[in-house]
Amino acid sequence: MSLDTSKFARTNRSTAATGKKPNKAGAVAAWADDRLSLGTLTRVFARKVFPDHWSFMLGEIALWSFVVLLLTGTFLTLWFTPSMSESAYQGSYTQLRGVPMSDAYASTLHISFDIRGGLLMRQMHHWSAMLFIAAMFVHMMRTFVTGAFRKPRELNWVVGSLLLLLGILEGFAGYSLPDDLLSGTGLRIADGLIKATPVVGTYMSFFLFGGEFPGDVVIPRLYILHVLLIPGLLLALVGLHMVLLVFHKHTQWAGPGRTERNVVGYPMLPVYAAKAGGYFFMVFGVTALMGALLSINPIWKYGPYDPSKVTAGSQPDWYMGLAEGLLRIMPNWETQIWGVTISWNVLFPGQIAPFILFGMIIGWPFLEQWVTGDKREHHLLQRPRDAPTRTAFLAAMVTEYGLLWAAGGNDILATHFHWSLNSITYFMRAAIFIVPAIVFYLTRRWCIGLQRSDSDRLLHGYETGIIMRSPEGGYSERHLPISETSAYTLTARHRDEVHEVESEVDENGVPAPGSRVDRVRAKLSRAMFGDNMQKPTAAELEEARHHAAHTHELEAELDHPVAGHEFDDHALRDADEVPLRQP
Amino acid sequence: MFGLAILGSIGFIVSYVVFRTGDDPDTIANLGASNLMLGLCLTVTLLGMGAGMIQWARKLMGDHEIVEMRHPASSSQEDREAAVAILQTGLEESGLARRPLVRNSLLAAGGVLGLLPVIMLRDLGPLPGDKLDHTLWDLDTWTPEMQSWWQTQDRSLQRVVRDVVGTPIKVTELEVGDLVNAEPEVMFAVDDTTQEPLVEGTDLLVGKSKAAVILHRMLPGDIVSAQTLNWSVDGIVCYSKICTHVGCPISLNERTTHHLLCPCHQSTFDLADSGRVLFGPAARALPQLELAVDDEGYLAAKGDFSEPVGPSFWERG
Repeated sequence: MSLDTSKFARTNRSTAATGKKPNKAGAVAAWADDRLSLGTLTRVFARKVFPDHWSFMLGEIALWSFVVLLLTGTFLTLWFTPSMSESAYQGSYTQLRGVPMSDAYASTLHISFDIRGGLLMRQMHHWSAMLFIAAMFVHMMRTFVTGAFRKPRELNWVVGSLLLLLGILEGFAGYSLPDDLLSGTGLRIADGLIKATPVVGTYMSFFLFGGEFPGDVVIPRLYILHVLLIPGLLLALVGLHMVLLVFHKHTQWAGPGRTERNVVGYPMLPVYAAKAGGYFFMVFGVTALMGALLSINPIWKYGPYDPSKVTAGSQPDWYMGLAEGLLRIMPNWETQIWGVTISWNVLFPGQIAPFILFGMIIGWPFLEQWVTGDKREHHLLQRPRDAPTRTAFLAAMVTEYGLLWAAGGNDILATHFHWSLNSITYFMRAAIFIVPAIVFYLTRRWCIGLQRSDSDRLLHGYETGIIMRSPEGGYSERHLPISETSAYTLTARHRDEVHEVESEVDENGVPAPGSRVDRVRAKLSRAMFGDNMQKPTAAELEEARHHAAHTHELEAELDHPVAGHEFDDHALRDADEVPLRQP
Repeated sequence: MFGLAILGSIGFIVSYVVFRTGDDPDTIANLGASNLMLGLCLTVTLLGMGAGMIQWARKLMGDHEIVEMRHPASSSQEDREAAVAILQTGLEESGLARRPLVRNSLLAAGGVLGLLPVIMLRDLGPLPGDKLDHTLWDLDTWTPEMQSWWQTQDRSLQRVVRDVVGTPIKVTELEVGDLVNAEPEVMFAVDDTTQEPLVEGTDLLVGKSKAAVILHRMLPGDIVSAQTLNWSVDGIVCYSKICTHVGCPISLNERTTHHLLCPCHQSTFDLADSGRVLFGPAARALPQLELAVDDEGYLAAKGDFSEPVGPSFWERG
């Protein structure tokens, strides 16, 4: 039989392309694959595994709100005019007709009143911005408290921190654009913060505003930052964040079959993709609901910016609460020396404290790694209780944030609850130091307490609710051993090692180089891990098991929980392990 | 679920066409009907799609977990060595190490090039000069147009006029306890020929951000400090309205105590005692403006503030 070569396409591939008629989709796929090697990509990534846990979707909320921000923001740019040229308003909002205002403010009114769906998009844009930053914060806390930032993910932690910083800057730039009274007041405060910079403050202010505040260039400048430069950086960093996520693979909780060397979960296609896609629509939908029902930043009520006007109860967006609170409760310290002025009252809350805070956030993974000396890769998450100092530190920081946030609304607190404004401020000045310290101590003890209870469960089993009476008349509660599964999960963590100073002097009796640093490290290590409850050793477990077996014989009839207590250990067991236990 | 989403989209289109926006919009329960209905329909569409997809994934797709192995993030030792070797070869072939002059001059050129964009940012704004030290209360800093307008007025002291309307104020118009927002009268000056305001737009905003003042009348006996008394007229005192903390306009008055509170960060100043700081984060007293009464009996300023107003800055001394 002769071969009909017309059915073979000319090709430079090692195998001849066959003339078999593919279906349409197949043809498109093949065309694309010949150019992009999509087949390989799909093979590698389409069944990529994503572990399932509710806390893993916090970052997803941030990602999807960012997408919503891009979509709604693009819509807004179609009508917004980033200009400070002034003209008398002639639009459809009667109460402001004839009032001189900037084009930026007038076009924002236009979007709000004359573009159908414009107000909806504005409110959705603002709400999703709030959500974006809130989700980033919570996602970051989750990452922190579970130790997901540990090697090899430190760099992704840094990328995430930068995303948070850029997100806040982006939010502030956007907040300033409508040029209403509130946003102008925000810029005025920013100008005050900038002017407090030593040596170059006034120059920075004049360069930013193109002359004296408020000038006529700051809104076009902030606009280009807001719609091009910062979103571009955000997009690039979000991309990098995702690439690193894919490269490192997702972290997971410890459990039988889930180790440092594998990742167990649902495949990208179809389950995870469908869930994530659905989740995008959920986030988008909730934002739409908020935009429909909850009014946010009704700029027409504030009026155009006027440096001689302000409304009482002016508040920035929530994520500025920290700086706002610090600014309000800072004592009024100012130094005048050698003919210059240093305004600590503005400089510290506005410039020094945010950098200290941000440095702490970025630096923590590196600090912790230096103290522990742990250079291993970690893919299993730590339960918050298993890192008591870290968890307590977060709790203290959250408390600090909450207090400063409240301090940033001290006027609102005063007017709503009829408290003295001065008392609130004096209270906060002390509270931001004392309360986080108390919270730190309590959280740490709480975590260690939880570690103890884990240890008890491992060694003595769980409480069954059976009260035993001994022949002597004493009472005790019967404990039953926990399942292998939960025992595995509870013992999957590493032992903490407290770093000890090896030798203060080298072999010649000279103080060893770096011994001072080493002492600091040892001290920190002791403070961070010294009080932790370590998991039982194998010998301890073995002994406990013997002991249990021994009592088991004595109490042969009682190896099951009494009625009403059958499911006391449900949290420790899988459903398929104890389907429907017989009493 | 997906059917619901389609209905939502149809509702969205209908709402887009049906409901009016603008100053007299249709309302439902006091909410703008257009915004409400568009938003709700969009919500139904999006939540319908989202819930449908998630439900599909949970109920209809396989619920078995699969396992993937991890590999260390680091490259293999072999790759590392090869990479080092390649870099070493590159270094040698380029002669970077052997020709320090070429290398260093390139680095220097790069550094100089990096300076250029920084230098180009110079024209972002003018240098501050002494602009922050003066306000529109200082006649010497006025533009020639403002100066020639002033010639036509034939007066020696600039009046303190009401904010917004620009009318001059007589001592008798103020009751004890009154607080009036005021501006220098030049802000309301109009060019004789063109009938255009002399100060408008950005200039007006810049002017207000420094020259805005408040007038407050109290009993002369309530005044504490000698300077405040000397600079007052019949118990009327005049202070900068711009907070010395970060520059918010101060406006909350406690009429019985003569305390003035900034609504932004709650710094409180004593108007009876040279604008002294009583409470809050502001460090410096509120600058006082020396008041006088002109020939026609209107309140006027003797001159500019004796120190820069508003937030502190490095050079203010």
